[in-house]
This record gives sequence, C-alpha cells and structure tokens, in this order.
Amino acid sequence: MNSMNRVLGGPATAYFPADIAAERQGLGEPVKPLSAAQDTALGLDGISLSFGGVVALDNIDLAVRRGEIRAIIGPNGAGKSSLINIISGVYRPDRGRITIGADRFTSVPTQKLARLGIARTFQNLALFKGLSVIDNVISGRAYKVRSTFLAQVLGLSGSRREEADARGRAARILEFLNLNHVSNRLAGTLPYGLQKRVELARALVAEPAILLLDEPMAGMTASEKAEMAEFILAANREYNTTIVLIEHDIGVVMELSDRIAVLDYGRKIADGTPEEIRADQGVIDAYLGVAAENIDGGGI
Amino acid sequence: MTVATFEASAPFHIPRWLAPFVVLSFAYIAVPFIGTNYLFEAILLPFLALSLAGVGLNILTGYAGQVSLGSAAFLAVGAFAAYNFNLRIEGLPLIGSIILSGFVAAAIGIVFGLPSLRLKGFYLAVSTLAAQFFVQWALTKFSWFSNDSASGVIDAPSLSIAGIAFNGAVGRYIFSLTIVSLLTFFAYRLVSSQTGRNFIAVRDNETAARIIGVPVLKTKLIAFAISSFIIGVAGVLWAFTYLRTVEPAGFNLDRSFQILFIIILGGLASIRGAFFGAALLVVSPLILSRLGSFLFGDLFNSGVLDMSQRIVLGALIILFLILEPDGLVSLWDRIRKRSVARLNKRKHVGRAAQPTQ
Repeated sequence: MNSMNRVLGGPATAYFPADIAAERQGLGEPVKPLSAAQDTALGLDGISLSFGGVVALDNIDLAVRRGEIRAIIGPNGAGKSSLINIISGVYRPDRGRITIGADRFTSVPTQKLARLGIARTFQNLALFKGLSVIDNVISGRAYKVRSTFLAQVLGLSGSRREEADARGRAARILEFLNLNHVSNRLAGTLPYGLQKRVELARALVAEPAILLLDEPMAGMTASEKAEMAEFILAANREYNTTIVLIEHDIGVVMELSDRIAVLDYGRKIADGTPEEIRADQGVIDAYLGVAAENIDGGGI
Repeated sequence: MTVATFEASAPFHIPRWLAPFVVLSFAYIAVPFIGTNYLFEAILLPFLALSLAGVGLNILTGYAGQVSLGSAAFLAVGAFAAYNFNLRIEGLPLIGSIILSGFVAAAIGIVFGLPSLRLKGFYLAVSTLAAQFFVQWALTKFSWFSNDSASGVIDAPSLSIAGIAFNGAVGRYIFSLTIVSLLTFFAYRLVSSQTGRNFIAVRDNETAARIIGVPVLKTKLIAFAISSFIIGVAGVLWAFTYLRTVEPAGFNLDRSFQILFIIILGGLASIRGAFFGAALLVVSPLILSRLGSFLFGDLFNSGVLDMSQRIVLGALIILFLILEPDGLVSLWDRIRKRSVARLNKRKHVGRAAQPTQ
C-alpha cells in the first residue's frame, strides 16, 4: 500500500475496493513476498517460430515469476511481439511449450485466454472504434458473461446484475486511469495517448493474473510515459498482477522491471535484473551500446 | 435577480423516449384517419416491411460486420414458411405461423452463416449469394412450397388475430406497424446489450474480441440467426400485408441489394437508419415518376422511369458513400443538434436581453 501511495499519491484507492481484493484472495492468489523462484506464473520452453524461411524466434526459454514485472527488450525485429503473440495464442509456435499456471500448451487457445487469467494490449491499437470508451472497457468483462442474449434483451435480473457489475468495475477503472471525462466518447475519436490508456483499462478490468503489454508507451510524450509507468506499477503492486512488458524506452524499462530478457535476431542473449543487464557486455555490444546515454533512466 | 435570470436558462433537452413516442402515437392515431388508400398500399406497407428487413440486415451487417447479399432469400423463406404453416397446421393462429416462420428463417440463416466462421468481407458476401440462389431455386423447383400452384404464386391468407380481421388497407397497416414496432424494440434492446457490444467488438477487431473472451463464433451465429429471424418476419409482412400474392421470382438478388442499399443510405449500425433508408427507397421512385412526367410529359414512360431510377439510386449511393458514409441518420442528427443549439442560444439571448431590474 505504501508503494501504491508513493506512486499515485493516494487517489487510486477507489479503484481497488476491499471487495475486489477479498475476492482475489478467495481465488487462491494471496499477496505474498516474492521469494520462491519456482513460483512461475508463465513459462516458455524451447519456443521456435518461423515465417516461411525467416526465423522469428529460436529456442527461447523464458520464466515469469508470479507478481514480477518482466520486461522483454531488443532491437526492432528481434521477435518481441512474436513472443507476446505466441503467449496470447495469436501465433502457433513451430516447437516448444507454453506453461500458464498449471496448464501446459503447445499452442495457447486464444478464446480461453481471458479465463486463463491473461489480458493483453496491442502494439498497434486494437480498440473497438465504434464503441464508447466505457463500453470498450465493459467489453473487457465479456469472458464473465453468462446470460443469454434473450435474458439481456428481456432485462432479466441475472443479466441486469452482470451488466451493473461490469459497468461498476469499468467506471472504477476509468476513474483510476483518469479517463472519466472521456467515458462517453467514441473510442476511435480519442487522441492516441488516451486510446493507449483505454486499452490498458480494457485489459485491467478483466482482473488478469498476467498482463501482457506490447509497447504501452510507444509514441507517447514524456509526461504521458511517466503517467503510464505509474499506472503499470500501481496495477502490479496493488493487484499483484504479473506483468510482461515490451518497451523500447530503456530508461522506463530499467526503472520499472524486476527482471529483463534481451532478444536479438530471435535469440535470447541475456536475462537478469536491470543491474545485470546494464553490466552485460553482450547486451551493450548488441543493443544498449547505441543508447548508452539512456541507461541510467534519463529517458523518462 | 440578476443571478436568477441566468440560472433559469437550463439547456433545452429532448428526452430519449420522446421521439419514438411521438412517432408511434402519430402512426397509430393520426395516420389511419388522414391516410388515403394509396398512401397505405403504395407507400406505408412496403415502407414498413422494408424497414423491418433493414433493421434485420443492420444487425448482421451494420453491427456485427458480416456482409450479406442473401436478404431476399430470408424474406422468401419467411413468406413461404408462414404460408405453409398457415396452410398445413390446422388451428394454428396467424401469429403462431409468423413466429414459426421467423424460426425457420433463423435456422436457415445459421446454416448459411457457417461460412462466416472462416470467411470475411467480400468472400463472405459471395458465399451468402449461395443462400440467395439456393432458396430461390428450391422454392421454384419443389412446388410443394407453393401448394402445387402451377406458377409458384402464393396467396396471402386472411389476416385475423383473436377474431379481429385486419384485411382492409388500414387494418393491414396497423397489423404491420405493430409487428414492426415490437421487433424494432427488440432490436434496440439487443444492440444496447452485452450481445450488441459483442457484435461491434467482432466487427471492429475480431482478434482483440477473441482475446478478451468474446465468444466470436457464437456471436456471429447469433447475429445471423436474429438477423434472419427479423428479415423472415419482414418477408411475411411483405407477402401478407403488402403484395398479398408473391412468387419466388419476386425475391431475387435485386431485392437483396435493395435492402443493402437501405442500410447504407440510412446508416450502418443504426436502428433508425433502416427506417430512413427504407423511406428514401420507397418514396424516391414515386417522386421521380411524378417529377419526370411533370417535366417531360409522355416522353417519361415506364422504361425511362425504370432506367432513371437506377441511375439516381446509383448516384445517391456513390454520393452518400463519399459525403455521408454514416448515412441519413448522421445527417439528421447533425441538423437536429444544430437546431437545438440554435434554440438554446435564442433562449439564452432572449433572457439575457431582459432588463435586470
């Protein structure tokens, strides 16, 4: 809670009311310190992917611990987005296995992703342009809907309860992300930075155990980036949401992440804490060397 | 006193229920008295049936984003199914045959919606043509559907519900209006429900929709089923209240395009749009023919009329796609918003101009 207040200066408490926290505890995901290395939320074993003859990913292993912020960095075309697309089932790997919680997959069933506790955002915006902001966020609860369309049309009590619940949660998320003032605007009419934030809201409203963020700050101004970084940290600390983050801004990554994996030409060339990565000669040669002035977080 | 004058000028606001309420009261109370036979037979009855078909297609194409060129097939299925239910099941009330015919259309809609699980856009549109040709072929080929009538023509049964007959022009109008109102209300509720949001999610970004847990396949099939149900019932109205005698050839590809044009001109993903579009498509040929014979006299015969109709319609569609892609509805909304704003301004100016003492 302290870290939360440090990050947000307090006002976000409305977003995480006691009942949600209690529900999450009930789901068997108690908030506990990160000590057990084997407490893996997400694991990739020997993942390979190629498009035609082009190798996008080559035998990648990656373990993501419960509750950590795990960054994946690398130059353009290193295979970062492909990795996220494999975890979310958009791509099917040629080889390798994906472990999500207790389940192992050769390819992740996309339509079950939300129920497996994974939500994601997209590098290129993937909002529903024809829906209002609040409806976009409400649609993030789609995987929870049990009522039939007939019950919804007739306004039966079960469907009304579902609707009210989803609307309430969406409103709290919008409040938390300072999106109240645009809640009734069509999502497609918002400026880019706000659309990115709406996408985060849509992912967060599902209360995912694991959140995949594909370049959440791309194209943002410095102040928008700082704001986004605070939201990501807050979601991680308060929800204990495990976060997998792809980001180009090295300063942001060093500041936010617990551990960083570095990809280059589809291979993982380094994996460790920000300090270890900063000191890794191979990483400096392959990637960081070109952006050395940014390493100490000056980019934020 | 000075404060009070400004506080009192609350902005002029129209409640949501007011417009449908006014339109419906006018349609039920005033129109039956002032309408002529010509107005009912040539304008209002086809308008109502086509509007309902437009509402149905808009659910599928406008909201769920699945392009269909098979609407006329579902009109035909509805019309012929209702005819056969009415003919073959002794004692089934008329409303029962209409509902059952909607279900038959829905079932066939699901079958022809199956390709949508793999196909998108243009390819899907082409595959819905299969419905169009198959249904027309089956209705012509198997004379059982038209009760072995030599020409394939069916006659509408007498319209009566609970002993009250609706066979006059006004009666058929009230009958049609009631069914259209009920199904339109259903459609309105549907598109503002979670299922309606799922439709738009699937339309705007299928991958994102799947990832957040929208059941994409189920959502598409629901859209096909509901859309076909509504279009099927519209087909019953077309056959039973408007034309009274129909044949399979009347439900050809031209009709499918007509309904597609209705929602494009009226406004995609808008319930009201279907009504605007249908009004334009029903009224514009009549205006055109009056205008033509007024300007050109006898030169403007039916051949010229038919051709000029097509030209005008084609030009209108191109114009709308370029200038007003959201259709008549957005034009209407802009005009309304502007006039409300002007009204508020005038009100405000009026009050501000009053002496403050």
